[in-house]
Amino acid sequence: MEINDELINKLENLAKLSLSPEEKEIMKKDLTNILGMIDKIKEVDTTGVEPLRYINQDVNVLRDDEARNEMTNEEALKNAPSVQEPYITVPKVIDLKK
Amino acid sequence: MENQSLKEIQLQLSRGKISVLEIVANYLKKIESTKDLNIYVNVFKDEAIEKAKALDQKYKDTPEQMGRLFGMVISIKDVICYKDHPVTAASKMLSGFESMYSSTAVERLLKEDAIIIGTTNCDEFAMGSSNEHSYYGPTKNADAPEYIPGGSSGGAAVSVQAGTCSIALGSDTGGSVRQPASFCNVIGMKPTYGRISRHGLIAYASSFDQIGLIGTVTEDMALVLEVISGSDEYDSTVSRNPVPGFYQNIDIDQKMKVGVLNSFFEHSRMNAEIKIKSKAVLESLQEAGHELVPLDFKSIDYLVPCYYVLTTAEASSNLSRYDGVKYGHRAQNITDLESLYKRSRTEGFGMEVKRRIMLGTFVLSSGYYDAYFEKAQKIRKIVKDEIDGLFSKVDVIALPTSMDYPWRIGDENQDPVSVYLSDVFTVIANLCGIPALSYPLGYGSENMSSGIQLMSNSFEEHHLFNLSALLQNMA
Repeated sequence: MEINDELINKLENLAKLSLSPEEKEIMKKDLTNILGMIDKIKEVDTTGVEPLRYINQDVNVLRDDEARNEMTNEEALKNAPSVQEPYITVPKVIDLKK
Repeated sequence: MENQSLKEIQLQLSRGKISVLEIVANYLKKIESTKDLNIYVNVFKDEAIEKAKALDQKYKDTPEQMGRLFGMVISIKDVICYKDHPVTAASKMLSGFESMYSSTAVERLLKEDAIIIGTTNCDEFAMGSSNEHSYYGPTKNADAPEYIPGGSSGGAAVSVQAGTCSIALGSDTGGSVRQPASFCNVIGMKPTYGRISRHGLIAYASSFDQIGLIGTVTEDMALVLEVISGSDEYDSTVSRNPVPGFYQNIDIDQKMKVGVLNSFFEHSRMNAEIKIKSKAVLESLQEAGHELVPLDFKSIDYLVPCYYVLTTAEASSNLSRYDGVKYGHRAQNITDLESLYKRSRTEGFGMEVKRRIMLGTFVLSSGYYDAYFEKAQKIRKIVKDEIDGLFSKVDVIALPTSMDYPWRIGDENQDPVSVYLSDVFTVIANLCGIPALSYPLGYGSENMSSGIQLMSNSFEEHHLFNLSALLQNMA
């Protein structure tokens, strides 16, 4: 399968990346080659085969829904790149003028 | 010192012949003298010295209260969280990040009086087979510094190979513990999926990831696995099966049926010398009373394609959390939120990670989901069924760990496909969730090492330890 510019742009947007023109060219070539290798799976007849979604034996092992305080505010914010206590700040999301 | 078992070390400690402080000082000296190999991302020097002094004192005061790993010094891969210590997944994305909690594995090690000496270099977010995709540059193979150590747990493997610690914790999503162990002439082991809690292990592909161990003494690895395994309320996928006494139950006299996976030994890219050396090991097992059973594996050509569809899909989902908001790299001078996500991720991730995120996004995207993602899940079922069928005939399945020796740093083919294809021998265990151990074959003609891989059915790691201990005994 051929990966074209349009598909690269679409994937880039879905993956929230913005590649440089050089990176896009590398990506186009690499993804085309990798998909060439991956397309091998099309040879396999999977009619009637159930997909294997979980490799663990017990599914949905949940603990009781009890609230716990495992982290302080300071700890939770320790690695945030931009903080105005006690919040994490980001660029303005809502523009009131619009 | 690196080949001494913990049992021997503890005997010396009890006789006052050595102190934990001396053990730690020796390892720190080794870390200093091997700096050029680029093994560690962070060394917890002062802390390890303080901890060693405290343990020596504790032993003086209350010798009966010592943990089972008293005297053991361990390195952890830079994807395993240790509270208030840096962890970066060898990525610019997490540069400066400090863990807010410890992984369950680390908690359990510390509780048994082990000392964590530092974090080891790896491929970014554990994506790679050579350790060349690290933000910190490649780790070098201690036997031949111009060669790769393998990956992604390359730093972990060299930390043991170079004698800077006794056990290394790595992570294994498609061979990332076993392949570097084989390239560095040490033992590498990936337990059953769900044997060890993944709580505090930075996620790559959640239905494949498993913490693994690298070491030189089988008994020590069995003991560490025993300590860190078992149910954990912080990981809903971890097994609630009771953890067997891996350590005390090692039995080198157990006779097994060992399946020989001919489809892998006869692989077109198989290195002739590694094949001969692997077969020689199998013959020695036969001479020791084990029965060899020739086996074929029909799905061999579909393993790598299936693996890359599923792991990149899971990775694209797992790595969506790195958005530049809550933690991790944030791009500067950004005025809108969408650009903040895009610029932060683009600046923070390296090329291999971007490649896998893009591929994973593709196989999950509308219009391709059924043809790739769901198709690969069905093939995973076919592969698992085929392996289950083989385990109805044998106890253990043997195959080489890798098809070739390590390559020169920088020689990696520009086309990632050929590197991906070389993972065929190791991804099978992760696709099926079964345990696998790589035992070193010793040096070949080029002074390079490789390994033979033993796989058992889920939750039957004891078979692997028994054979590993036997091979160790025969050496």
